[in-house]
Amino acid sequence: MKGDEAACVLFDAGHRACGGCAAAMAARFILEAAGKDTIIVSSTGCMEVFSTPYPETAWNVPWIHSLFENNSAVASGIVASLKKQGRKEKVIALGGDGATFDIGILCISGAFERGHDFTYICYDNEAYMNTGIQRSGATPYDASTTTSPAGKCSYGNPRPKKDLPAILAAHGAPYVATASIAYPPDLKKKVEKAVNTPGPCYIQIHAPCCTGWGFESEKTITIGKLAIETGLWVNYEMEEGKVTRVKKVVRKPVEAYLTEQKRFRHLFKPKRNDAEIAKIQAIADRNAEKFGIDIKLKA
Amino acid sequence: MLEIMEGSHAVAKSVGLCRPGVIAAYPITPQTHIVEALADMVADCSIDAEYITVESEFSALSACLGASAAGSRVYSATTSQGLALMFEVCFNCAGMRFPVVMSIVNRAMGAPLSIWNDQQDSISLRDSGWLQLYAEDNQEAADLHYIAYRVAEDHRVLLPAFVCFDGFILSHTYEPVDMLTRKQAESYLPPFKPYHRLDAADPISFGLFAAPDYYMEFRYAIDQAMKQARSIIPEAGTEFSEMFGRDYSGLTEAYRIDDADCAIVAMGSICGTVKDAIDEMRNAGKKVGLLKLRAFRPFPEKEVQKALAGVSTVAVLDKNISLGSKGAVALEIRDALYGSQITVLDYIIALGGRDVRKKDIATVVASAEAGVGDLFYGLREEVLK
Repeated sequence: MKGDEAACVLFDAGHRACGGCAAAMAARFILEAAGKDTIIVSSTGCMEVFSTPYPETAWNVPWIHSLFENNSAVASGIVASLKKQGRKEKVIALGGDGATFDIGILCISGAFERGHDFTYICYDNEAYMNTGIQRSGATPYDASTTTSPAGKCSYGNPRPKKDLPAILAAHGAPYVATASIAYPPDLKKKVEKAVNTPGPCYIQIHAPCCTGWGFESEKTITIGKLAIETGLWVNYEMEEGKVTRVKKVVRKPVEAYLTEQKRFRHLFKPKRNDAEIAKIQAIADRNAEKFGIDIKLKA
Repeated sequence: MLEIMEGSHAVAKSVGLCRPGVIAAYPITPQTHIVEALADMVADCSIDAEYITVESEFSALSACLGASAAGSRVYSATTSQGLALMFEVCFNCAGMRFPVVMSIVNRAMGAPLSIWNDQQDSISLRDSGWLQLYAEDNQEAADLHYIAYRVAEDHRVLLPAFVCFDGFILSHTYEPVDMLTRKQAESYLPPFKPYHRLDAADPISFGLFAAPDYYMEFRYAIDQAMKQARSIIPEAGTEFSEMFGRDYSGLTEAYRIDDADCAIVAMGSICGTVKDAIDEMRNAGKKVGLLKLRAFRPFPEKEVQKALAGVSTVAVLDKNISLGSKGAVALEIRDALYGSQITVLDYIIALGGRDVRKKDIATVVASAEAGVGDLFYGLREEVLK
């Protein structure tokens, strides 16, 4: 890499993420879009741990980590301080789904209600991965995790994913979007839009986790695409509370996604569980209807 | 010029004169009057600060941490349950060396719920790495904020600081207070100069994780900074005394202790009552004195040893209890006097706002002289039955 190109790598090589880690990809895409005048506020989690083992850091932008649940409160203070000083850096709070959906939601709700000018980005790998795959409020229905294991009387996580984008849109957020590391140009466009929209914006990035979900590390992008193609993840944008753009697909049955991951293996082995698979298909069908994602093929 | 002011308002006015860039506030009794008064100042543009009305104390201190990292002087205030909710952030501020200054309007910890005064709240954050200064009256509460900022922001220290003063007894009481002028405040406390800050022009990372081969050295550095503050606090206090005539040159303050046989050790507003009681006991021929602790963290070990060297008995008044052990102040005093012949007796007193009068102090001294101590003073036996 040439010198000037190297200087542009804002999330640098040498971090300790697993091979095929979607969170690391997300960090790179986010900074490619947001640029060097960005302050990152990280929650405790995989991203923080793999990128900043003292005395090293992968971040070539100003970066701070305080606690698991307070990144948006810390960001509130940073935004207030920058305003007082007349400084123009963008502020991005970055957290995993545990930090975002669960333990940090109070701070996020407060920061969004107060209307601070910052962007909150959740890299959603659908469980507590830093502590070893425990369920969170973002874990999908029937996923087996170490705290929602499949067993003789359990099909895995008994609850569907919390609809956090809707919750934050209801706070009056001017821009809310979902994205996937499988579609980098779309992800980057959304980040650029969020950081340039005044007020609190939210982006939730689907970030498949090879170790946590149980797939080979070269399949991260494939899995990300299958989530979209089955309708179990929908990429959309909401402006002023209204859905304005949706990624449409020719949908595949949910099995195409489920069978690729060990976290859903219990639905197929030792015996196929048609009733549970049908429930997951129903979740995808509801998503498809709600967001109108289906491309109708002409016969 | 002397003004008759409520303690909370005197503190709020001093804080305003310290010119914080960011204030993060959450209401809680008996602290609320401070953040209300600061909100009025912001609303009237009499101070130029960003005021964040956070949704919890946890976020109040987190926002202060962020604003401090970005390069602003910051302020918050809390008490009791609010401070407990900040517990995690407190350790973080100290560990990341952000010089946040926070007023602690001392209040008891629930359960049972109590809004009244003791010092269990700040004492319970003893090991968090915050400087802890305690005020005896409203004048001292107001003045200690300037000193706290000076010391906390000193690049030889870089630690956050509590300025503690007793809830209701001081916060809601009107006393004459001599406020600094804006010019005086500016001459004593210069603008904040961060040691490091979040800055796109010079990107650095804050709050990295440390493996076992680095963690201990971080903790050692904080402890060294805290010990360094043992000389920086008197330095800042002496300068304040020279400029404005009120003496805060010591980590401790002795009252009629030079020839005393029995010394009382205490912190906060109770010291006023103790001084009056000592005057009465002195008039009756008893050789009694007071050693008031202004700083509890760092603990002024050498000053304590020196001040108490001539006494035979020490009665410690603890407005806190380390349940299953003793009061936190008594433990420190015993440690400081280890190896001496001085008897140190502990009196857990005034928990949850129970009133203490001069006659109670005389009773404590009489008990100490009789060698009776290490007890809860003034328990109502009829309630215990």
